[in-house]
Amino acid sequence: MSNKNQQSSLMIWLGLADNSFTRQKTVKFGDPSAINSGRAYGLIMVAGLLFLWWISTNYGWIKPIYWPPFSEVGSRLVKLLSEGYRNVSLWNHVSASVFRVLSGVFYGALIGIPLGLAMGLSSIVRGMFDPVVEFIRPIPPLALIPLIILWFGIDEFAKIFLLFLAALFIMIIAARSGVNGVNISKVHAAYSLGASKFQVLRTVILPNALPEIFTGLRISMGVCWGTVVAAELVAADKGIGSMIMIAKNFLQTDTVIIGISIIGLIGFSIEIVMRALERWLIPWHGSG
Amino acid sequence: MTFTIPGMDPIHALKDVSFRLESGELLSVLGPSGCGKTTLLNIIAGFLAPTEGEVMLDGKLVIGPSAERGMVFQQGALFEWLTVEKNIAYGPTMAGKSRMETREIVDHLLETVGLQDFANKPVYQLSGGMQQRVALARCLANDPEIILMDEPLGALDALTREKMQGLILKLWKETGKTIILITHSVEEAIFLGERLMVMAPRPGRIKREYRLPFAGRGLAEDPREIKAASDFIEKREEILSMIWDMEEEIMGQRSETN
Repeated sequence: MSNKNQQSSLMIWLGLADNSFTRQKTVKFGDPSAINSGRAYGLIMVAGLLFLWWISTNYGWIKPIYWPPFSEVGSRLVKLLSEGYRNVSLWNHVSASVFRVLSGVFYGALIGIPLGLAMGLSSIVRGMFDPVVEFIRPIPPLALIPLIILWFGIDEFAKIFLLFLAALFIMIIAARSGVNGVNISKVHAAYSLGASKFQVLRTVILPNALPEIFTGLRISMGVCWGTVVAAELVAADKGIGSMIMIAKNFLQTDTVIIGISIIGLIGFSIEIVMRALERWLIPWHGSG
Repeated sequence: MTFTIPGMDPIHALKDVSFRLESGELLSVLGPSGCGKTTLLNIIAGFLAPTEGEVMLDGKLVIGPSAERGMVFQQGALFEWLTVEKNIAYGPTMAGKSRMETREIVDHLLETVGLQDFANKPVYQLSGGMQQRVALARCLANDPEIILMDEPLGALDALTREKMQGLILKLWKETGKTIILITHSVEEAIFLGERLMVMAPRPGRIKREYRLPFAGRGLAEDPREIKAASDFIEKREEILSMIWDMEEEIMGQRSETN
């Protein structure tokens, strides 16, 4: 027993040995919390993929046009970082895309949150906007690109407007379900403590809807990030999506791969930041 | 009170329920599930409008919720985004009282319910019993004419529940408030109710009323001893069997209609 308890911390970190929590569990199959992390196998997998990359390009199993060798991607990254791509620095490509997403989500939230709250609180507003929301909601934002190009052309405003639409309906629905999810006891309690309608809205309904609104923001960010890349693929001279598309036309597979990796990294970072913000701003969520 | 739920036959939730409560009385309301006790409380609180009849407080007709009728709910009615202190301060703050005045009320109540060390804790970090202490204090901060309690201890474990019964009794005596307490615990109803109203279902109506001595004795004597006394047990068994018979009757009706 003592031998078992003294597993090295490295082995535990790698997930090859039971930690103090999983050690006490006898039922492991079927209990996800009792399963070790298995980090070691993750490391083996990543190393294996990198090795496959190196060996397949080194021995010419794959043509560089389909998947360039390690060294080429590396030197391209250095070049992109120092010189940028087509007279625009890599940082500017990234920030152009991120700025579009943040603007779209910002305006979407600015209009969507009050509208969603109003839809949850007023029969007039609900009646007026329900058909519109229900009709437009299932339309993927990308399907609106042709119409938006016809209306607004392909400049910056058109892109932000598309992202605004993508975020708007998510935020309306999030705010509305936040209102619907309010525990009626809380509203009743506030009224019997003497609160007015406006006070109930400000001090009960709004904070109560915050978790839903925040989830809406997180989803909007994700959807808008996907939409901005796709929109830039269609038409743009700046932005990470346009960089990939132009690179493709010149058969610069290495730039394409770097662009795709950056898209993944930023999408992941957005998710991490939003989760951290959520924990910080809404600590009561999930423990009500 | 006739309840209309869309798509269903109207239900007679309450029929000819009429009673009068003197200032400072503690009335507990007991009855099997579906006897309309929560409906009754919601009407008194002003959350529901009765289809017939009316509720009067000090000669004034009740038409909606108001600060003069405080509510204590079973659970989930605290504002978990606020601290203990801010929850208790909610009523005075909404009424626009000065910071100084609110501060004084809150400090006093924190002490009364024994939460002075938890003033700045968020309420979601408290245990169920402590949360109900906050709920009681929040209600008292408004100095209401009458306090309506809808199974305030229903979600607590048995031990905490006994402790909290003592607190309710203490608060009642100290503040002299009029209280209506709804409960499904026979023991709690008998122990806390200076007056006790047993209700019967379908339609919800008053089955019997009692005047009981135990709440008065509860401050001087040990609650455990009162609950073990022979007169207490006698009352408890009498009321239990009455409710038991009602439950049997309901089951009988149901199997007939099925």
